[in-house]
This record gives sequence, structure tokens and C-alpha cells, in this order.
Amino acid sequence: MESNKTVITIRNLVKTFPMGNREFTALNGINLSFAKGEFSGLVGPSGSGKTTLLNIIGTLDSPTEGEAIVLGDSVGELSQKKAANLRNMKIGFVFQTFNLLPVYSTFENVEFPLLLQKMSAANRKKSVMDALDWVGLTDKAKSRPAQMSGGECQRVAIARAIVKKPEIVLADEPTANLDAENSHNILKTMEKLNQSLGTTFLFATHDEKVIGYLKRIIKLVDGKVASDEIFAKK
Amino acid sequence: MIRFLLKGLFRDRQRSLLPVIVVVTGVLLTVLMQTMMTGILGDLIDFNAKFSTGHVKVVTKAYAERMDQTPNDLALSKVAQLKEKLQTEFPSMEWVPRIRFGGLIDAPDSIGETRSQGPAIGWGIDFLSAGSKEAERMNIPKSMVSGHLPKKAGEVLLSNQFAEKLKVVPGDQITLFGSTMNGGMTVYNFKVAGTVIFGSGVLDRGAFIADISDVGQALDMPDAASEILGYFKNNRYDKIQAADAVKKFMSAMNTADPYAPVMISLRDQNNLGEMVDYEDLVSVMIISIFVMAMSLVLWNAGLLGGLRRYGEVGVRLAVGESKGHVYRSLIWESILIGSIGSVIGSVIGLLLSLWIGKNGINVSGFMKNASMMMPSVYRTVITSPAFYIGFIPGLFATVIGTALAGIGIYKRNTAQLFKELE
Ligand SMILES: Nc1ncnc2c1ncn2[C@@H]1O[C@H](COP(=O)(O)OP(=O)(O)OP(=O)(O)O)[C@@H](O)[C@H]1O
Ligand SMILES: [Mg+2]
Repeated sequence: MESNKTVITIRNLVKTFPMGNREFTALNGINLSFAKGEFSGLVGPSGSGKTTLLNIIGTLDSPTEGEAIVLGDSVGELSQKKAANLRNMKIGFVFQTFNLLPVYSTFENVEFPLLLQKMSAANRKKSVMDALDWVGLTDKAKSRPAQMSGGECQRVAIARAIVKKPEIVLADEPTANLDAENSHNILKTMEKLNQSLGTTFLFATHDEKVIGYLKRIIKLVDGKVASDEIFAKK
Repeated sequence: MIRFLLKGLFRDRQRSLLPVIVVVTGVLLTVLMQTMMTGILGDLIDFNAKFSTGHVKVVTKAYAERMDQTPNDLALSKVAQLKEKLQTEFPSMEWVPRIRFGGLIDAPDSIGETRSQGPAIGWGIDFLSAGSKEAERMNIPKSMVSGHLPKKAGEVLLSNQFAEKLKVVPGDQITLFGSTMNGGMTVYNFKVAGTVIFGSGVLDRGAFIADISDVGQALDMPDAASEILGYFKNNRYDKIQAADAVKKFMSAMNTADPYAPVMISLRDQNNLGEMVDYEDLVSVMIISIFVMAMSLVLWNAGLLGGLRRYGEVGVRLAVGESKGHVYRSLIWESILIGSIGSVIGSVIGLLLSLWIGKNGINVSGFMKNASMMMPSVYRTVITSPAFYIGFIPGLFATVIGTALAGIGIYKRNTAQLFKELE
């Protein structure tokens, strides 16, 4: 079922940030590629560049040197508008802080990416309810983020990421604000999605619980790949 | 999408209610200030016109040169004839002779000794002839606080404050000491008919108003008057028509004779010209001040709102909205907020102006010592700019403020917006 199509290719990627009058190198010569349907994660100490790499893959940031090719497009060369479109159609984000829009209900938060896609109301409703069904929150469709627990909020964020059936889901410390039970819940949900829809997942994490689910672990140290291990079956 | 954004806007009070309140306040103040200034300047001009300058004034050339001293030795003579001439030549105006004079008022006790005295600013106006509008023009019937209008010869009105100082009440006898047209001394008795409060410092201190024929007799000025005032029949000063009248009158005059009558328009008296011109400038000034102040306030509010919203903007960008789309939606929001705020602010401002226009605000407490001829009850006047003036700061400043604040979204890279929310 899993094809070996490459969805992400990273070549000689360097990312520097200006720091005062010097430059700070956050990523230093990264070479990686990910095939469709991988369930992998970036690990490594704080400040090693995990978030920076995820942001570049997610077209929220661009490389200083080298290239990151995501679904056939080179991130640094995409126009702002094309990058937005790529995010909207094909990439889902899940963040540590759930980043829901507080004034909108669960349903509306999940519906938002579909509104940007100009999907019809009937299709939107069906897709949103399907996504909420995936994360087990159909009964909370009308609740606002403030009325829900952290675990529920993160499930809403996952529903928002997957509602558009993206090719890639990028998850930056998705369990950092959750307890063990909720962490396992959302990880199982993501694993299920990965298996049944073939969605490619890439995590950035410190969390042992998350690491336990990963099939490939890439360790970053000081902006470099220190190790890259694949686990056949857990 | 639009519905989605509107929902967000109205649910988030900090984004809708708060800015609307700021805009409403600014717009309301703008409108009030405009109607207030228009009212005050209009009143000031009107007040001066009615009590002192007319819309145009005819005096002798020599009198004109020392007008503030009311030099009645240089007064107009053959007034009846001159008035008739003016009336036929300028039928669109009403012409009224008045005598202005200074003098000393003495209130005698029962045996004729001086009980109290004080200096008066005197007017001789037409109270007694049928159809005279002079009392109404000077708003005397409404300003009466005791007694009645002069109904027969020998009766006089005093300002209430003056009467209290002299310790006289309606019915009492008072004596005017003055100088005649020929420079002689004159003593003339009047009976106090009533007292008035004008609401203007100068007038309330020492006004003495009697019928012009009585004053003419007292000062030995038969068929003479200090001035003949001309008023447009609609009671509104029209600087162009006034200038035309002056030009027409003056072209036919022999200017070598010091006793020849000359015509002077309102704007060339009491420094009112500046006021008249200022009236046109007021709107421009108020708009500029408020646009600047409100732009600053709203810009800051927009910046703060923008900062507060970096998180939201970050999420929207991450989910796949383009920067342009986000920016445009912020601008549309500000247009909506600005319009709603401007409409509400203008309506409230106009209603308040209407109320103040009707009831007035009494500021006499602040103006006890004013020597200018200023009314002390302020009224707003609603002119057409009042209907749109508020929209300029309300709408433009809001949108400009948001546009400037929103540039931050473009300047920052997307990942950065994200960092700031964590
Ligand atoms: N916009 C920025 N400007 C300057 N330095 C930055 C910026 N973003 C990241 N950095 C720096 O780059 C390095 C890598 O940051 P990054 O957020 O990728 O680390 P991380 O591996 O995700 O760490 P953590 O596990 O704490 O989330 C850090 O030292 C960070 O300070
Ligand atoms: Mg990180």
C-alpha cells in the first residue's frame, strides 16, 4: 500500500538567523528525504533546529542555502501566494500550543481551511464532521476552545490539520501540553490516519511517548543530522 | 468566508466593540466641536451685529474715525431723510437709527440727595413706534427679569446688575448726567421700567436702554443719531451683499465732507473680519486636528490590536491563507468598524448638538471679567459639514491606522509571527 514516492527532499540545507551583527546558524548542511506515508520524527536537544526545519518544510520559513523540495516545489522559490496555497491544500500543521482561533467553535476552527479552499457548504459540513469523527469530537462541534480540555483542543487542531486530507502533517511537540493518556490518544489517532490514508507525518519532539510510535527517528544536534534510524516494526 | 470573518469580528469585543467606541468618541467630539465652534462664532458675529455693528452701519466720516468713543458731537443729522434714502436705495435691508452714548446715572433718595451712582453704557433705540423690531432684535423681551418694556416716553431699562448696584427697582426715578451733541451738560430724569440680563459681561455691567426719542431729547439730538444700522431681512450676515451695498453707497458719496455719511460693513468693525473668515477655516482646522489625533490613537490601537492578533494571523497563515488575503481582511474590518463608528458617532454628535443648540451651555461663570461683546450662553449650530465632518477622522483615520499597523504583517516573516505567539 505504501508507495515509495518521495514527498520531501532536503539538500545541503543551511538556515542562519541574524543575531545582532553576527549570524547564528540554526541548520547546518542538512540532507534528508522522506517518502510518502512515513511516520517519522526529529529529536534532539532544545535549540538543535527541529522547529526551524519543520517551519521550512512547511513553507513558513525559507532556506538560507541549499534547498527543500516539498511535493515537487522548492520552498525558497515559491511565491508567498503559492506557498500559502501549498499549505492550504497539502500540508497540515499541529503545534505545541494548540493555536485554535478562540472566537470560533470547534466546527468553525476545523472548517476554516476548507473555507479558504472555497469548498461548498455541504461538502464542508461533511468533511468537518468526518474529521471530528476521526478525533472523536463530534459531540463538541459547537464548543469554543476555552470550554474544552487541552487534549480536546489538540484533537481539534489535528482535525483541522487533516480535514483537507493533506499529503503531509507536520507536528511540532504535539504532546508537550498533554498528559500521558491524552498523548497516547492523539498519537493513536495519528497512527491510524497514517495507516489508512497514507498521510506522511513528521514530528519534532522530546517526548518519549511520541518516540515510541515513530518508525524513523532523526536526531539533530547543533543543526546537523547526528543519526537517522529506521525501525521496521515496533 | 466573509461571514466567517464577520462572526469572528463581532464575537471578539476587543476587535469590534473597543475600536468602535474609540471611533464613536472621536467622531462625536469632532462633530460637537464643529457645531460648537460654528455656533459660538455665529453667535459672536450675530451678537455684535445686533448690539453694535449691524450688518452694515452708516455713520459720519468723522464719527467713524473715533467710533469707540461714541463722539455724538459728530453724529448724523437729518436722520429721517437719510433713513428714507437708505430704505429706497437698499430695500432688501431694514434701517434703524440708534444713539449710543456714555453717561453717569444717579439714583436719588426720597429727598433728592444722591444715594448711589455709576457709569452707564447707553442706547437709544426705537421702542415706541409701531412695528419696530428693535426690542426683539436685541432679545430684550426674553432678557427681562423684572418690570416691563418701556411703553411710554421717559421710561428706561437697566441691566439687572446695574440696577442692583444702584439699588433701584422698577418704578424708581433715576437721573442721567451726560453731554449734549453740542458739548453742553445735560441732566434728564427717567423712570425705571424694568431690568434685563443679557448674558454678556459688558452689557450686564452698565446697560441703560431707552427710547431713541427720549435719548434724543436728553442729549439735545433732534433728528440726529449716532448711527443708522442696516440689517438683512433674513437676519443673516452676507459678507458679499454687505460689501456690494457699501460699494454702491460709497461711490455716490462726497468723501471730502467730514460730516458726510459713510457705510461700513460688519467685517470692518470690532475686528470681526477675522472672525468671519475664521468661520470658514474652522471646519478645516478641526478636521486636521482630529484626523491627526485620531490617526495617532487609532494607529496605536491598531498596532496593539495587531500585536495581539499576531497569533491569530500566524494560525491563519499556517492554515494556508495568503498574507495579502489577511491584510485585505484587516482593511475591510477597519472600513466596517470605521463606518459603523462614524455613523453612530455622527448621530450622537448631531443629537447632542441639537440639544445644546436648543438649550445652550451657560459659561457665564468663566467669563465674569470678559470685556469683549460675547454671549455667555453657547449654542451649537448644525451646518452641512456637521453631517460629514466626523467621517473624515472616523473612517480615514481608522483605515489608515490599520493599514500602517498591518504593514507589520508583511514585514515580519511568517515563522516570526508564530514565535511571537509562543
Ligand atoms: N527567528 C529566529 N531568530 C533568531 N534565532 C532563531 C530564530 N528561530 C530560531 N532561532 C534559533 O535557532 C536555534 C534553533 O531553534 P529551534 O526553534 O529550531 O530549536 P528546537 O530544536 O525546536 O528547540 P526546542 O526543542 O526548544 O523547541 C535556536 O538556538 C534558536 O534560538
Ligand atoms: Mg522547537
